[in-house]
Amino acid sequence: MMDGSNTPRGKSVRNFSLNFGPQHPSAHGVLRMVLELDGEIVERADPHVGLLHRGTEKLMESRTYLQNIPYFDRLDYVAPMNQEHAFCLAIEKLTGAEVPRRGSLIRVLFSEIGRIQNHLLNVGSQGMDVGAMTPNVWAFEEREKLMIFYERACGARLHANYFRPGGVHQDLPQKLIEDIEAWTHSFPQVLDDMANLLTENRIFKQRNVDIGIVTEQMALDYAMTGVMLRSSGMAWDLRRAQPYECYDEFEFSVPVGKNGDCYDRYLMRMAEMRESIKIIQQAVVKLNECQGEDVLARGKLTPPKRAEMKSSMEALIHHFKLYTEGFHVPAGEIYAAVEAPKGEFGVYLVADGTNRPYKVKIRAPGYAHLAAMDHMGTGHQLADIAALIGSMDVVFGEIDR
Amino acid sequence: MTEALNELKSLIELKQEDAVRRCEVANGELTVHIVPAAIPAFVEFLRVDPNCLFTQMIDVTGADYPERPKRFELIYHFLSMRHNTRIRVKVDLADGEIAPSITAIHPSANWFERETFDMYGIRFSGHPDLRRLLTDYGFTGHPLRKDFPTSGYLEMYYDETEKRCAYRPVSLVQEYRQFDFMSPWEGAEYILPGDEKVEAK
Repeated sequence: MMDGSNTPRGKSVRNFSLNFGPQHPSAHGVLRMVLELDGEIVERADPHVGLLHRGTEKLMESRTYLQNIPYFDRLDYVAPMNQEHAFCLAIEKLTGAEVPRRGSLIRVLFSEIGRIQNHLLNVGSQGMDVGAMTPNVWAFEEREKLMIFYERACGARLHANYFRPGGVHQDLPQKLIEDIEAWTHSFPQVLDDMANLLTENRIFKQRNVDIGIVTEQMALDYAMTGVMLRSSGMAWDLRRAQPYECYDEFEFSVPVGKNGDCYDRYLMRMAEMRESIKIIQQAVVKLNECQGEDVLARGKLTPPKRAEMKSSMEALIHHFKLYTEGFHVPAGEIYAAVEAPKGEFGVYLVADGTNRPYKVKIRAPGYAHLAAMDHMGTGHQLADIAALIGSMDVVFGEIDR
Repeated sequence: MTEALNELKSLIELKQEDAVRRCEVANGELTVHIVPAAIPAFVEFLRVDPNCLFTQMIDVTGADYPERPKRFELIYHFLSMRHNTRIRVKVDLADGEIAPSITAIHPSANWFERETFDMYGIRFSGHPDLRRLLTDYGFTGHPLRKDFPTSGYLEMYYDETEKRCAYRPVSLVQEYRQFDFMSPWEGAEYILPGDEKVEAK
């Protein structure tokens, strides 16, 4: 609490310091924010992060490249595969590995499933932050189905470890591809139902319209990416601007906001989910055209086929060396970025020619967004802070690393 | 793509010859090494020059190379959405050397510089609020330095008698495992176990 001493005119002015979190339901994890309040108006917001800091970057320096992939699942645990993707792209760029077409398509398919997973959670919890319970429950029902798709592809609901340098770990069963396709036809109905509850909801609009406006200049100054950047009206999407994988073959549009407020960001996430469905449907068609092809580049980065190991000594040695020593990455440095659901997720990798990275820096989108909290939150009411955090889409796994 | 980068490289070398130490294009990326004192002017040049327009500061980080005379590297990544290019700017810093902050040019650098300070101990002059960011309250040391052990020095536990959280030196039940994958056929630089007496004969 600030000093409550009397001013010369004898009027008592008190500024409150309020601890928001770290155990507050709308802090979306372990965010502790020290808010300085003048009445109900926020004068300064000082987020204290790092309560979930696990030292991922340090740990990665003492593990082999393959052992490091699971760490990426644990960053943004809402859409795990999108993170793995950036790390795999970095290794592939340094080693020059080519990803087979089917592997590439599966990556696109699961990146978009991850995007829907993320936006479902975010839209639902943004609704809940301002008092709407039902959409969140409906969103989780759909997320559950997506997690089952994850499980059927790689055996894990959350921490997939599915993308590998040179492709993906294993091929998808045809039944799973059919089920994903069937799901894309039933899902728009759920989206419509959620939109019915939220889009024209009076309370939802009162809490979100004109709150946390992001202008073009602000988005540039605070290094915003993803939905935050696009809500200010700039059409920048890495899938379009710097196409990686085979995104250049897909037809989709990039939703762009008008006003840059929390309500726009909600509308954009809803629109992005519909675009992702289109991409998934196109990917399914393309996957059906290349059934049975290899999903993993065969080479030093990847294990030999099981059947080969039964008859070839070299294959057996390769398998053993790959899973003990791991592969070596030629010395060099690279920055690889993907359009993760929250924005630009980048990996800066310095390799020194050994089997372990010399340095890894993870550039998480939410980190830059939360850093802008002080600027964005100042002048808003205390209740708006919850809506603001909700629309920023912060997840502490990736911010604290 | 590489052509455009080479063009940009020669342009930067021409216009900022005082600041630039060397430029290179590797793996399809442009890296510019500059002198520490020139950081703010160079970053401002990158931001406003019509051929650059690197308006977004994507990332700041450090890297530790203990064997070098100037131990740290400070690494910036910038993105130009107008020209759809990226650039990496590097500065070599000795231990204890202070780098100028670029928060006045790119407000987004605030947290990134705090983190770099936290992780590597690189200090920035002119930073509005250079506190630790990710590590614990009251933490000492800089974890991403190569001489900082992965297990750290202190661990926290709940003290039953005092009824509060307290710290004590780390004690590992099992020794920290670092496997040596060096193949003896590829010229190991140390004496292999069992070979100690070969030289003596």
